[in-house]
Amino acid sequence: MSKPKVAFFDFACCEGCQLQVANIGEPLLDVLDIVQVVEFREVMSEKWNGDFDVAFVEGSITDEHAVERIKKIRERSKILVALGSCATIGGVNGMKNSFDLEEVGKYVYGESYKFFPTLHTKAVHQVVPVDYFINGCPIYQPEFLTVLKCILQGIPYYVPEYPVCVECKLNENVCMYDRGVTCMGPVTKAGCNSWCINNGNICYGCRGLTINPNTEGFKEVLKNYKIPEDFLIRKIEMYNKCKEFDKS
Amino acid sequence: MNGNLTINVNYLTRVEGHGNIVVEVNDGKLQICRLEIVESPRFFEAFLRGRSIYEAPHITSRICGICACGHTLASIQAAEDALGIKPTEQTTLLRKLLLHYEELDSHILHIYLLVAPDLLGVPSFVPLIKSNPELVRRSLKMKRLCNELCDILVGRHVHPISAVVGGFTKLPSYNDLEEMHKRLTELRADIETTVELFRKITFPIFERDTEYVALVNDEDEYPLLYGDIGSTDGYRVSKYEYKSVTNEFIVPYATAKRTKWHRESYAVGALARFNLNHEKLHPKAKEAALALNLKPKCINPYLNTVAQIVECVHCVEDALRIIETLWQKGINYDEVVIPDINERGILPQRSGEGIGAVEVPRGLLIHHYECDERGIFKNANCIIPTNQNTHNIELDMLKLVPEIINQSQEEITLALEMLVRAYDPCISCSVHMVKVNFK
Repeated sequence: MSKPKVAFFDFACCEGCQLQVANIGEPLLDVLDIVQVVEFREVMSEKWNGDFDVAFVEGSITDEHAVERIKKIRERSKILVALGSCATIGGVNGMKNSFDLEEVGKYVYGESYKFFPTLHTKAVHQVVPVDYFINGCPIYQPEFLTVLKCILQGIPYYVPEYPVCVECKLNENVCMYDRGVTCMGPVTKAGCNSWCINNGNICYGCRGLTINPNTEGFKEVLKNYKIPEDFLIRKIEMYNKCKEFDKS
Repeated sequence: MNGNLTINVNYLTRVEGHGNIVVEVNDGKLQICRLEIVESPRFFEAFLRGRSIYEAPHITSRICGICACGHTLASIQAAEDALGIKPTEQTTLLRKLLLHYEELDSHILHIYLLVAPDLLGVPSFVPLIKSNPELVRRSLKMKRLCNELCDILVGRHVHPISAVVGGFTKLPSYNDLEEMHKRLTELRADIETTVELFRKITFPIFERDTEYVALVNDEDEYPLLYGDIGSTDGYRVSKYEYKSVTNEFIVPYATAKRTKWHRESYAVGALARFNLNHEKLHPKAKEAALALNLKPKCINPYLNTVAQIVECVHCVEDALRIIETLWQKGINYDEVVIPDINERGILPQRSGEGIGAVEVPRGLLIHHYECDERGIFKNANCIIPTNQNTHNIELDMLKLVPEIINQSQEEITLALEMLVRAYDPCISCSVHMVKVNFK
């Protein structure tokens, strides 16, 4: 049996999630034993004209050119994986959607803004069907390897439905609310092992909102700790602004 | 020069971001020679508006996965400057340590995974797994060590967690200091092997004199975290006058802005820092430069990679020194910072402007912020190293193409790709950070 052909592509993003893959270190050699990476522009010059068994896509879709490109990649791929927040939920690129697009263009590029046509930021699944999601900004390497194993065995991967708080409690962190600051942990999908809170920071919600976030309970928490609601809205928007396209 | 030649490298590989090389020769005359940046803009400066300046490092880190720690440090410096926060001595030491880790991680990625395949005549590191397994293992191990150093200090390398405005949300334990020391000692041995390896490798010979720009200061330390902006043409201005250095301009075919100071273009990065500050390098790094035959003022852009190797030696030695200093002084854990965007209403707030100027792996990075009296962003501007290098790269290409015009198209293409790669361009960064006019 020939090795599955794997490719990496990127759209509007920082390329940090692909770097997380390259950063796996020596275990990368074991991965390369069982798959054939045929295209990975960030670290390889090799190109491939055929179909892909698995395509990993990093980044959000933010212009017409990207819409066409992702459609073509989808046609050539048996399995398409959204890699990282920009691809799975739009990520920080979504903050642009709170502004008028023409105004945003003019602010950054002045009168030359017309050379840089831009669309409202979308996550990959809001443009083409996606088979697997690997959340996080950046992705959490152990989860990447787990998902890769699922893909190669042909079984689904289920993103945890419980919030980051569950993992955070197991890690015995002091609750950030008790330290007086707003944390997105109560409404954010787990799976990162509460990476940021373990390091003394808050959860920024980069893995996306849980399917049924307990928003009312969350508002209650905010009230208890006297935290203004608009702080929360802005914190949700940092990564999750594109969610509004899921409703339509 | 005879005949016609068209080179179109679409989506240059082994660089960060999307760029094209376009060269056209008609009847032996060079008509077009461009480095086009085709990355999708992301409009970071626009959507920072309305957010708390305390959130800036978290958000701007996401400009680039490779220089995430560099953006974080420049962002923190700009935000603290605007808010009037002075970092403690301990915080400054830890930030210098983080910057060393950033230089090491990025340089090693560039030297081994992005540049070495060209010098060894293969399209990527993948064929090297068979032909040079030791080299691949070593490079992956060095990458892992750098990642582990960042994991220990700031939670991770791609988008550091604990480095924030005001200091660190988590401070290293004594065990952490020991672990970092151990890994740096391991890395030191691998970098010595790297110096040996590159002594035997020949780089393309090409020279073009240009103005090299980097941070300079009057201290004995090799300046990376702060300083004035200096040039090999003998000029020096404060970071607050960065606009008199960058003089941004647009060319119609490229999406990123370009810069020039006293000449048509200038260059930033490891070679610029070496040319300006070589005397302040650690003695071991000076030895490495000697062994690798790198002498200031070096004007062969391909040797930027060699300057990166020399800096790796320096960064490892200086990082070890910082850890030993921290060990001796002891860590003050009372300095730990809560990541607050002022929900508690106790943080310093004032309207102001601030500038961060930091030497990141690819060169001088500037963040310029303006916030209102509640610490909310009014304006943001970032000047990225790759933007400063783009025009210099193009002028290099203009001089190089006629010199090698008699070679085959494949050879010319490779020479140009290697030239662009030598600058280690970070194209994702270069596009969304272009300009904003401060009124």
